[in-house]
Amino acid sequence: MKGGPIARAVLILFFIGLIAVPVILTRRNPSGSAGAQLDTRAALARYGFYFTEVSQQAGIHFVHQMPQLDPKLAPIMPEIASMGASVTVVDYNQDGWPDLYVTNSRQGTKNALYRNNHDGTFTDVAPQLGIADVNQPGTGVSTGAVWGDYDNDGYPDLFLIKWGRPMLFHNDRGHGFTDVSKQAGLPAWVNADTAVWFDYDGDGKLDLFLGGYFNETYDLWHLNTTKIMPDSFEYAENGGRKYLFHNLGSGRFEEVSEKLGIRSNRWALAAGAADLTGSGHPDLFVANDYGVSELYMNDGSRFHEVGKLAGVGYSPKSGMNVAFGDIFNQNKFSIYVSNISEPGFLIQGNNFWVPQDSTAGGVPKYVNMANALGAELGGWSFGAQFGDWNNDGTLDLFLTNGYVSLDRHRSYWYDFAKVTAGNSAIIGDASNWPPFDGRSLSGYQEKRVWVNDGSGHFEDVASAVGVTDRHDGRAVAVADLWNNGALDVIMANQGGPLLVYANHPDPANQWIEFALEGTKSNRDAIGAQATLYWDGQQQLQQVSAGSGFAAQNDLRLHFGLGKDPHLEKLVIRWPSGKVQTVLHLAPNHIVPIREEQ
Amino acid sequence: MSQAAIAAPAYKPPRPQWKSWLSLDNRYVPPAFITLILLAGQLSFGILESYERTLLAIATSIATELVLGRIFLGKWVNLASAYISGISVGILLRSPDFWPYAVAAALAISSKYVLRFRGRHLWNPSNFGISVVLFLLPASVAMLSIQWGNNLASMAVIWVLGSIIIWRVRRFHISATYAISFLVLALIRSWILHQPWLAEVSPITGPEYQLFIFFMITDPKTTVRSKKGQCLVAFCVAFVEMFFRFDQSIYAELYALFWVGPIALLIEMALDARKRRRADAAFPSSMEPNPAMPPSRG
Repeated sequence: MKGGPIARAVLILFFIGLIAVPVILTRRNPSGSAGAQLDTRAALARYGFYFTEVSQQAGIHFVHQMPQLDPKLAPIMPEIASMGASVTVVDYNQDGWPDLYVTNSRQGTKNALYRNNHDGTFTDVAPQLGIADVNQPGTGVSTGAVWGDYDNDGYPDLFLIKWGRPMLFHNDRGHGFTDVSKQAGLPAWVNADTAVWFDYDGDGKLDLFLGGYFNETYDLWHLNTTKIMPDSFEYAENGGRKYLFHNLGSGRFEEVSEKLGIRSNRWALAAGAADLTGSGHPDLFVANDYGVSELYMNDGSRFHEVGKLAGVGYSPKSGMNVAFGDIFNQNKFSIYVSNISEPGFLIQGNNFWVPQDSTAGGVPKYVNMANALGAELGGWSFGAQFGDWNNDGTLDLFLTNGYVSLDRHRSYWYDFAKVTAGNSAIIGDASNWPPFDGRSLSGYQEKRVWVNDGSGHFEDVASAVGVTDRHDGRAVAVADLWNNGALDVIMANQGGPLLVYANHPDPANQWIEFALEGTKSNRDAIGAQATLYWDGQQQLQQVSAGSGFAAQNDLRLHFGLGKDPHLEKLVIRWPSGKVQTVLHLAPNHIVPIREEQ
Repeated sequence: MSQAAIAAPAYKPPRPQWKSWLSLDNRYVPPAFITLILLAGQLSFGILESYERTLLAIATSIATELVLGRIFLGKWVNLASAYISGISVGILLRSPDFWPYAVAAALAISSKYVLRFRGRHLWNPSNFGISVVLFLLPASVAMLSIQWGNNLASMAVIWVLGSIIIWRVRRFHISATYAISFLVLALIRSWILHQPWLAEVSPITGPEYQLFIFFMITDPKTTVRSKKGQCLVAFCVAFVEMFFRFDQSIYAELYALFWVGPIALLIEMALDARKRRRADAAFPSSMEPNPAMPPSRG
């Protein structure tokens, strides 16, 4: 070795410095907001809001029951029976107050429809309305729901997503529900976790996308094989098929997925529909477990899968969520897709797809900016939703997480990583997976409440604003439950209680909400995009029937406005193509808007 | 990882010139192979976190080698080894951040210049860089865990190609010994842990192990010289790995090599020194050294 003593000393210092870099950076960037306690005054002063969990006071005592599948799967049952908790917001009786529908997933258990009593409490009315006892043996169990007024009679109808026989219930003007599955022409059996109502052809009638997870050939309660698992951890294409039901009217649907270009057997966990190109036709974004996301662009007559062109179809991960949010107030949707991150084992990072100015052949380009935005690591992430918790005029983000919480001190991660690294013949057969044996897999995780500072940075303040539960979170839904201008958060937990986080934003920050009603468009105005202009800002939101993971938000659009706002106008692009401008808006109101004829 | 070995060949008559045009210098076979793997994996399955991160690792590795080689060896060193180290870091590390790729690559190369004993560096460079970063940064760095599509065909192609190439550079016995040891020890682990044998076999069917077997444990600079010794070390790596696996370390093979590799080299050096002492005692100091004694490899 040449080089004098000084050069060698410099080299050694350089080497020590390199080793010190990870240590220093790790200490400088502690993850999460662990340790912080809720101090309401401090939370209001620092972040402009705080949450209180009020499910018990609200009369909601729902606890989700997990599926119990074929005994052949018993060794890894906690992993497989890990989905089914869902929550959707619906005003089923059209009284102007959001109600909640939650699913249960053990055979014989009942789903619940919590009617809003307008006084801070809720009452389960599912049994008397006929949508509780839907998990009967032989029919599978519920894994989610989406609400859409498919016959435009003014009352939202219920599509029940199942590992089993999917069901469609017609809403009889808020007084009961009728099972119309048979005449609708639904498949006999699916193993699905996601569905979205949207009017893909703009005919004013809601159509339905349904995404399979496990292959539909398996009855998970009566298996004759254990080879039901994904054949790859990142490239699996042996999952459930996809369905697109075209609404023919009169309660009948035609399955047209193949005909319109939607062919996939990836393991879909979440889907969302939004017009991402300004074409006037809603596109479809599908987040897949064990693989890449898919983006189906709608040209008005067919769908084209353009995930790779758009930049979202590379780098396979474990997609579990689709939420659209205009986080920069630039009249464009970013897309949030959750994945898995577990220190020491797997760092996928969640994807925050931000649209670029450029396009590729008319397809918008997206770049994953989760790291730069500070909203990348969220544990074993599931449902996430955008919402302006502090009404400051920028969209924040709420993420739930946690996969299997059993023994706190023993982890299944090593065995999980061991098998998932292997060949398809190994990973695809449940009998090759080591038994769970009561261990946890990314259990007891801290939730994330990311506050958007408006300049492109999200800060996790979960503990500081009162979100401290450690349940295995699945679905997150957002609604102004008490019509007071505060966006509340409802969280469904796998094998755990339904939580209701009541929001308490700084009253100095103002807000406005819009309840849209279609006339030529579908009556729920699903797919309508509204841009609010105020104080030199603009923010885009849309009415969605299916968002996040196994969730649906309130159809009403909520905009935070900050202090002393000057409202300019609201521009609505209805699914019919009609563009409507609304002037003379006043803050702190819920404004009903009917599509102009 | 580093450049695979080129054992000193016996004299052969020079090849016709046309043959040499078609034959790639052995030094460049492993870099060419790993580049092929990277491109095939990325174009078919998108295995990389991103091209930028991998290029950063390669550039850092090469720049570090150029600078340190110039200062401490007084020459512009051949960059094949640095290229393999950089590309290995770029393929094997998974991190949403950029900087771990640069740090791991710089650590890998600088370890060759810092952690030396009797003129030899002790750690396989990329094994050192990747292991340190994985150990110190579990919250933001992980190892490549995805597969080449999981199907048997692509796995077989890599195994066959890798075996041919590693055969050509005369290191096949190392890879084979390790693979066989792993499979046998998997059986033992399976029996002790009461787990399916295929669950224990599973890791070796993934790409992480393919890279480990073909590029890392075969590194000529950080393996012992004798063929038997190389096989013994390969077995020891698999054996120590078993205990890391009992401790549920998913980076067991890397950590096993991290410990076994340098210890094996130190033992070899100690044995060499003992032989030299005995030789010195047997021959008067005025005599010429025995030309059969292997030269020290720097």
